[in-house]
Amino acid sequence: MEALYAFCVGLLTACGVFLTLRGRSFPVVVGITLLSYAVNLFLFSSGRLKMDGAAVLGASESYADPLPQALVLTAIVIGFAMTAFVLILAMRSRADLGNDHVDGRLPPSPKDQK
Amino acid sequence: MALIWILLLPLLGTLVPLLAANLGRSVIAFLTAIAPFIALVLLLLAAPTVFDGQILSASLSWIPSAGLNLALRLDGLAFLFALLILGIGLLIILYARYYLSSKDNMGLFYAYLILFMTAMLGIVLSGNILQLWFFWELTSISSFLLISFWSHKSEARKGARMALTITGAGGLALLAGLLLIGRIVGSYDLGEVLASGDLLREHAAYPAALILVLLGAFSKSAQFPFHFWLPHAMAAPTPVSAYLHSATMVKAGIFLMARFYPVLAGTELWFLIVSMTGLMTLLLGAYVALFKHDLKGLLAYSTISHLGLITLLLGMNTQLSTVAAVFHIINHATFKASLFMAAGIIDHESGTRDMRQLNGLWKYMPYTATLAMVAAASMAGVPLLNGFLSKEMFFAETLDQVTLGSLSWMVPVLATIGAVFSVAYSARFIHDVFFNGEPIDLPKTPHEPPRYMRVPVEILVALCLLLGVFPAYLVGPLLSQASSSVIGGQLPEYSLSIWHGFNLPLLMSLLAMLGGLAIYRNRRHLFRFQALFPEPDAKLVFEGIIQRLTGICTLVVNKLENHSLQRYIFLMLLAALVLMAGPMIDLNATKGHYSELPIDPITLVGALLLTVSALATVLLNRKRLISLIMLSVVGLLVSLAFARFSAPDLALTQLSVEVVTMILLLLALFFLPQSTPKESNPRRLVRDLSIAGLIGGVIGTINYAMITRPLDSISSFFLENSYSGGGGTNVVNVILVDFRGMDTLGEITVLGIAALGIYKLIVRMRLYMPSTNSQGLPWSPDKHPMMLGIVSQSLLPLALLVSVYIFLRGHNLPGGGFIAGLVTSVAIIQQYIAQGVDFVKERMRMDYQWVVGSGLFIALLTGLGSWIFGRPFLTSWFDYFKPPFIDKFELASAMLFDLGVYLTVVGATLMILANLGKLTTSHSPAIKEKG
Repeated sequence: MEALYAFCVGLLTACGVFLTLRGRSFPVVVGITLLSYAVNLFLFSSGRLKMDGAAVLGASESYADPLPQALVLTAIVIGFAMTAFVLILAMRSRADLGNDHVDGRLPPSPKDQK
Repeated sequence: MALIWILLLPLLGTLVPLLAANLGRSVIAFLTAIAPFIALVLLLLAAPTVFDGQILSASLSWIPSAGLNLALRLDGLAFLFALLILGIGLLIILYARYYLSSKDNMGLFYAYLILFMTAMLGIVLSGNILQLWFFWELTSISSFLLISFWSHKSEARKGARMALTITGAGGLALLAGLLLIGRIVGSYDLGEVLASGDLLREHAAYPAALILVLLGAFSKSAQFPFHFWLPHAMAAPTPVSAYLHSATMVKAGIFLMARFYPVLAGTELWFLIVSMTGLMTLLLGAYVALFKHDLKGLLAYSTISHLGLITLLLGMNTQLSTVAAVFHIINHATFKASLFMAAGIIDHESGTRDMRQLNGLWKYMPYTATLAMVAAASMAGVPLLNGFLSKEMFFAETLDQVTLGSLSWMVPVLATIGAVFSVAYSARFIHDVFFNGEPIDLPKTPHEPPRYMRVPVEILVALCLLLGVFPAYLVGPLLSQASSSVIGGQLPEYSLSIWHGFNLPLLMSLLAMLGGLAIYRNRRHLFRFQALFPEPDAKLVFEGIIQRLTGICTLVVNKLENHSLQRYIFLMLLAALVLMAGPMIDLNATKGHYSELPIDPITLVGALLLTVSALATVLLNRKRLISLIMLSVVGLLVSLAFARFSAPDLALTQLSVEVVTMILLLLALFFLPQSTPKESNPRRLVRDLSIAGLIGGVIGTINYAMITRPLDSISSFFLENSYSGGGGTNVVNVILVDFRGMDTLGEITVLGIAALGIYKLIVRMRLYMPSTNSQGLPWSPDKHPMMLGIVSQSLLPLALLVSVYIFLRGHNLPGGGFIAGLVTSVAIIQQYIAQGVDFVKERMRMDYQWVVGSGLFIALLTGLGSWIFGRPFLTSWFDYFKPPFIDKFELASAMLFDLGVYLTVVGATLMILANLGKLTTSHSPAIKEKG
């Protein structure tokens, strides 16, 4: 199970990294979202994997580690705020600059296209 | 404790001229002088103790654990310098009152001046070497402000910049040197450092420490090759030149050498470096001074030369050289400050400082001329003036030294040559300005200055005379105390009389006098010879170097920063890979000793789905909408994973966040292109795939290695104390709102700030809104289908009820403020989607900024509330109640805190989503802002 979990985290990381390396803003935001999934899963697993052991007193015999869970819970919410910020930034840069490039290239001007 | 006030009074006094800035000019000057005057009185009151040979000290503890205290120490040397700083400072205040014109901002000038005075006092009174360095840098900064006081002049700005760069760089070297000394000695306390001379000198790092400290001292005291900043600093108002560049700041380097003389001097290295630098500076300054046509330029190079003389004295290994050095510090301060002030008067009353124009001023200002001539004679070393005495001592010491071994005879010869030029430029100062025909094209008709502008000059010139005639009575005790603290022990015998009989030093003085006058008489030939050399302009060279440096930096920045996010991320990832490689290779086995959980079919299916959807997100990334849908599947599976591995709170949070994230992304996609064009070339694809694969592989491996190893966690504490200490059985929630409440407070603050930032970004957004979809079809005219509207309207109370339920049970069962807040937001967002902005706006009149604000406020107040009960911030309280008719329930202050969390989350989420959604409507915040 642990191997499977680690594989999924690695896969999400790889997918996220690949997308953040794209040249337009939207795929980068999607990539960041994937990366934040991977990071959250990674942090969560630092409490080790445990089934049927929710950290609610009296609900089970032994409990999963509640500390990484508390950490990750806030991380998810902050992650949302960050994604939103990056996304709005992307929109704003498109509004102000007229393109959604993040690769430093300027889009061909209308003159060049003719 | 009076000692602290000597430093503190001028510091407070910095504010006085600023507060008095609107009063009359004389009033400002008077008020400004009060604080330094009291400090001077306090200093003089301490004189008897200091002359007894005691060292006064005071300290205020600041960070005792780091060994940092505000430590003050007053010995003979510090007393001498403090006396010069405060005494001459007061004269300068009086002088500047008449020097500055009514157009100048006098209050500001005095504030800078007093700040500088404080900084200088801080240097000389410091009992801690790091503190000394702090004040050292403060003098650099305040002198920058003073030199650039007339900031409309380009030369003032450039001169100030140059001075700051050189002295600032020297200050950094000094810091390194002092840190090294502190490391060797094991303390930054000056007293302890001064007691560890042998330890320091025998340490292997001694040469490094010495050179670093000397770099600081030389750059500050304008020693060759750092001397060039001083002439350019003459762009400052003359009171500044008189104060900083003759009497005090340039002597800070000398002070530093004198201060550390007991511990750093005494080695071959010291004698060689210090004496040779001093000698070189002495000769260079004296020679160049003769050729300067600017009065202040002449004085500046003369100052360089005299500073070189003092440095040379400190670098000679004779018995009395330090006494001569200290004596010359006093004498130079008196005659040079008065000469600068006289030059300022001449400039002020005749409109120029150019000696080619200034001639025959004797007729116009005989009184000032007399004063200046006495001071210049003292500078030349004419008998019966103080300059003569210390120069005699200097000559005597040069004859006594053996610094250069068999070549030591060269030092007195070169010293005499320096003195010859010193006489020559002094003669020029007297003859060229006050005699030598009639003035040429002066902008103003020269006349005597206002009565009180002359007073400071009179006082200093009187001192020159008195010190020259009665040296032993006036400065005997001061000199011996100051010198003995330089040597750090008992002084040898010496005599301070004006007549030592016919001896070699007297002959040298005589030679210098005759030679100087001869050179001045025949100066025309020398000037013609000098004109053959191109005049080196330090400013051009300096600015050139600075510009070349800036150019190189720009080049490097341009190379690194090409505005491509791809490159930055790539480089960052590459760096991360390199950093991770080492530890990864050191890790022998990937798998730890933990027995793995068995894989069950359901989880396997989940993992497969996750793999497929993640890959699909990437593969279909150019079709943005589909990619987004795939992404939402990944998010869903992640929340299922949380649920599977015993984290119901996380699953709930992830699920609700997923909903708002998707709505957000969809909204954004409306304004952005619907597809990504194919741009990456195959090489780029291969590169990106490889680095993505590598990073993914590494992260996966680390994760596997981590979760297959046993864990030693602090969580048992939370599990044990959750119920007894926090009153809740849902440990995750209790950690959030109780154990780590402070962290949560920080996190919701960040959330609020992010939402506000997003709001500000949205407000000014001008976006193109497509009128058709990507296939060119128009949008459906039915924007708010009735079915959806009715269903979501009837679901709203239910959804709100659910969120209240989740909120209330959060302390004991999965749930809590974060999740409840997200659920509420989703419910309200759904109303926006189904019914439109108008509908919601009519029914919900509230600003989401206020919701965020009140949420944060409640959370903060809850935390503060515990102070009322005398407990630390955010201590929680809980109890159980049994009212009639309903079951026993619990009340906890943590619930109030959770309410704050809830409101912040609701407010932030809605502020982001609703405002973004409004962009498409007539309620767009962008329009509102415009209107």
